[in-house]
Amino acid sequence: MSEVVETMEPGANEIDFSRVDRARLIEALARVLPPGCLLYDQEDLRPYECDGLSAYRQMPMVVALPETEAQAAAVLGVCSEQGVPVVARGAGTGLSGGALPHAHGVLLSLARFKKIVRMDPVARLAIVQPGVRNLAISEAAARHGLYYAPDPSSQIACTIGGNVAENSGGVHCLKYGLTVHNVLRVRGLTIDGEVVEFGSHALDAPGYDLLALMHGSEGMLAVITEVTVKLTPKPQLAQCVMASFDDVVTAGNAVAAVIAAGIIPAGLEMMDQPATAAVEQFVHAGYNLEAAAILLCESDGTPEEVSEEVGRIRAVLEESGASEIRVSRDEAERLKFWAGRKAAFPAAGRLSADYYCMDGTIPRKRLGEMLEAIQGMEKKYGLRCINVFHAGDGNMHPLILFDANVPGELDRAEAFGADILELSVSLGGTITGEHGVGVEKINQMCSQFSAAERTAFFRIKAAFDPDGLLNPGKAIPTLNRCAEYGKLHVHDGQLPHADLERF
Amino acid sequence: MDAVISGWVERIRQAAAEGSALEIRGGGSKRFYGQAPQGEVLDTREHAGIVAYEPTELVVTVRSGTPLDELEAVLHEKGQFLAFEPPRFGAATAGGCVAAGLAGPRRQAVGGVRDFLLGVQLIDGRGDLLNFGGRVMKNVAGYDVSRLVAGSLGTLALLTEVSLKVLPRPVAETTLRFEMDQRAALLRLNEWGGQPLPVSASFWHDGLLTLRLSGAGAAVDAAVVRLGGERLEEDEATALWLAVREQRHSFFSGDGPLWRLALPSDAAPVDLPGVTAIEWGGAQRWLRSEFEAKQIREVAAAAGGHAVLFRGGDKAIGVFQPLAGPLAAIHRRLKNAFDPAAVFGRGRLYPDL
Ligand SMILES: Cc1cc2nc3c(=O)[nH]c(=O)nc-3n(C[C@H](O)[C@H](O)[C@H](O)COP(=O)(O)OP(=O)(O)OC[C@H]3O[C@@H](n4cnc5c(N)ncnc54)[C@H](O)[C@@H]3O)c2cc1C
Repeated sequence: MSEVVETMEPGANEIDFSRVDRARLIEALARVLPPGCLLYDQEDLRPYECDGLSAYRQMPMVVALPETEAQAAAVLGVCSEQGVPVVARGAGTGLSGGALPHAHGVLLSLARFKKIVRMDPVARLAIVQPGVRNLAISEAAARHGLYYAPDPSSQIACTIGGNVAENSGGVHCLKYGLTVHNVLRVRGLTIDGEVVEFGSHALDAPGYDLLALMHGSEGMLAVITEVTVKLTPKPQLAQCVMASFDDVVTAGNAVAAVIAAGIIPAGLEMMDQPATAAVEQFVHAGYNLEAAAILLCESDGTPEEVSEEVGRIRAVLEESGASEIRVSRDEAERLKFWAGRKAAFPAAGRLSADYYCMDGTIPRKRLGEMLEAIQGMEKKYGLRCINVFHAGDGNMHPLILFDANVPGELDRAEAFGADILELSVSLGGTITGEHGVGVEKINQMCSQFSAAERTAFFRIKAAFDPDGLLNPGKAIPTLNRCAEYGKLHVHDGQLPHADLERF
Repeated sequence: MDAVISGWVERIRQAAAEGSALEIRGGGSKRFYGQAPQGEVLDTREHAGIVAYEPTELVVTVRSGTPLDELEAVLHEKGQFLAFEPPRFGAATAGGCVAAGLAGPRRQAVGGVRDFLLGVQLIDGRGDLLNFGGRVMKNVAGYDVSRLVAGSLGTLALLTEVSLKVLPRPVAETTLRFEMDQRAALLRLNEWGGQPLPVSASFWHDGLLTLRLSGAGAAVDAAVVRLGGERLEEDEATALWLAVREQRHSFFSGDGPLWRLALPSDAAPVDLPGVTAIEWGGAQRWLRSEFEAKQIREVAAAAGGHAVLFRGGDKAIGVFQPLAGPLAAIHRRLKNAFDPAAVFGRGRLYPDL
């Protein structure tokens, strides 16, 4: 296939927005927003300068905090008229810099869209505004015996709008699916400020599946103003099996054996020894610290179902060489088993001044290989890495520990991360399972996709946003950027990223 | 590059240059579906076979021309299946199954084609061979082009390979039958849907509600005790669900127009003349009716869904519900992004795509 793409194609070059007129923008926005909904003083902008990936910081030109869909539409109208970039933001917990502001743009916060519009226990759905927190939906549905299944670890804080934009997952996605499997309808605004609906309250909608396309689109196609999520009946009981293993490869094989036995557990997570050691200090989950790896395998359903499944899980894990198996005896113990897994990120934060969370997904059978390679990289870069992952889906979260104040460690951590991502691609996987590309993994997109594929992405974007105003510079690298990266990449994996402000 | 693929690339480029159309066809089993096909046939069956299948990864990658029967037989040997239960309606292929986007009785319980599609390889209307998605469960690198082509009826690109998530076959399965009218059936189905019950399919017609339970033995047994009803013999149950999936059930016989209404599961019984059957817990309603298309569409839209003229009738009125708001323009631009010369599936979905 030809790698040559016509220069007229969208996505050949970065768009230059330096001519945006700040005074004119503020004046126009002030006309469409009520007082208190527009920020432009440096001090007021500061809280928005980064998302969960705080290594990347950029002050926006202004922050708009509309309170209604009509106001949000008016903001977009101003931006499209004046050619101003727009970055949507939910809670700002994203880990790939997706909500990183644009220096010449509007940061459009959906934080004030906090209403649960309708809870419908009969149809098992909830209509919510995009700024509603993930956990708030389950809390509101609880009295009907229902919940919203996808449960990112950040669920106390992250918003449903952000979840759709990233297609977020959680520990229970193996059985219950990702965000895309649990959303029926998304209402949004095009860059012109027109209302558009994707999907419906039926199980499908006419035409192309634009609802699916919205998932994981990182705020680059439309601004989400309302989401209808599916609610799931709460299982009567959940029980967790914790198994210890003497080496990681055996643990990896045990994961495959569980699946091979025809079991789809509600959750199937792995932690390596450095990870269990790190969390045990803080949460005392009772993990076996001698074990090279532990698996947490959850079963949920009716009491009869759970007892049958736990028996089967136990048998498979024993046969797969587990050195110790414990089954949670009650809800308190089950939560204790999970507490360690859920505390992995904070524990890493306490162990080390900084950590860098990776998100590659690989075929399960390559887990052992990946872990061995990571051990090699720890030596190569002189940095420690602890591993927690959604083993059931092969989605790994290596946490690279470093100290940004030690000269050189930042760059080494980044190069370490880039190595992991490139290896994920070559093992038949992907650079991101659930955290998104954002600005963080944009260079690795050049390894995962050909120029023709990346051009196809830009054409899709242009079908929604012809002038490229929605979240420009994220997720899909321009052809020129990849040409640069490719050239530099040959020089022994040293990644200078000259054009990006770093750490 | 594979000789078949490079042949196709050539053909597509030539068609684009000449401004002619191609009808992508697998087994031709869904040829009845959508607006009338146009253009010269491009038969995908010369590109067949399983590329990769690893049961413990729960993923199978197949060439688009692979017969669905063949694929399912291979999965069956390993105790796995395509959980969305795609209908055959004849000699269906894997690529056609994805492009048609039709799912069977298990749709409400587990999801549709798009929910099991992990990745695709395709040739776009410029003749570029492209890969999107992959063979892993979670992947958010780039836009989700795979799911976009599910159900696109061969109007965006020629699929050459698809990667599908597969699941273990349920350990236990039981089918129950209840006598009740449509209103009661809809109430019941929605009530059960809100409880942790292993319902995997439902079919209501002519005063009979049939319910399939699938899952762990203990869960199915407990549900049977709770729900009551009359238990069907295994053979009879298997035959029934197959007949529903393949539309060989007596409800589907006859030549009158067959409408498919996709509605919110709890929508009231549709007030339209004709005979009705209900699937997917109330979310899919079949209507045999000579009634006016416009009014059927209005009723469906008012209930929060849409109507498809699935079989028979006069296609001139439009098989699919017209697109609302800015959607029509987005569709045209997306079509143009993938297939600027309109080589593929001309007019199959909408006249201007
Ligand atoms: C401690 C921690 C644990 C985490 N655990 C998980 C996990 O288990 N699984 C997981 O998948 N992720 C996890 N994340 C990542 C993050 O929480 C998710 O990506 C989340 O969905 C982001 O939601 P947000 O509201 O914070 O979005 P933001 O960070 O504000 O934005 C994320 C992206 O969505 C876009 N966006 C936001 N709102 C809208 C809107 N209304 N319309 C259009 N675009 C919009 C933004 O432009 C940006 O591109 C974790 C993060 C942290 C800090």
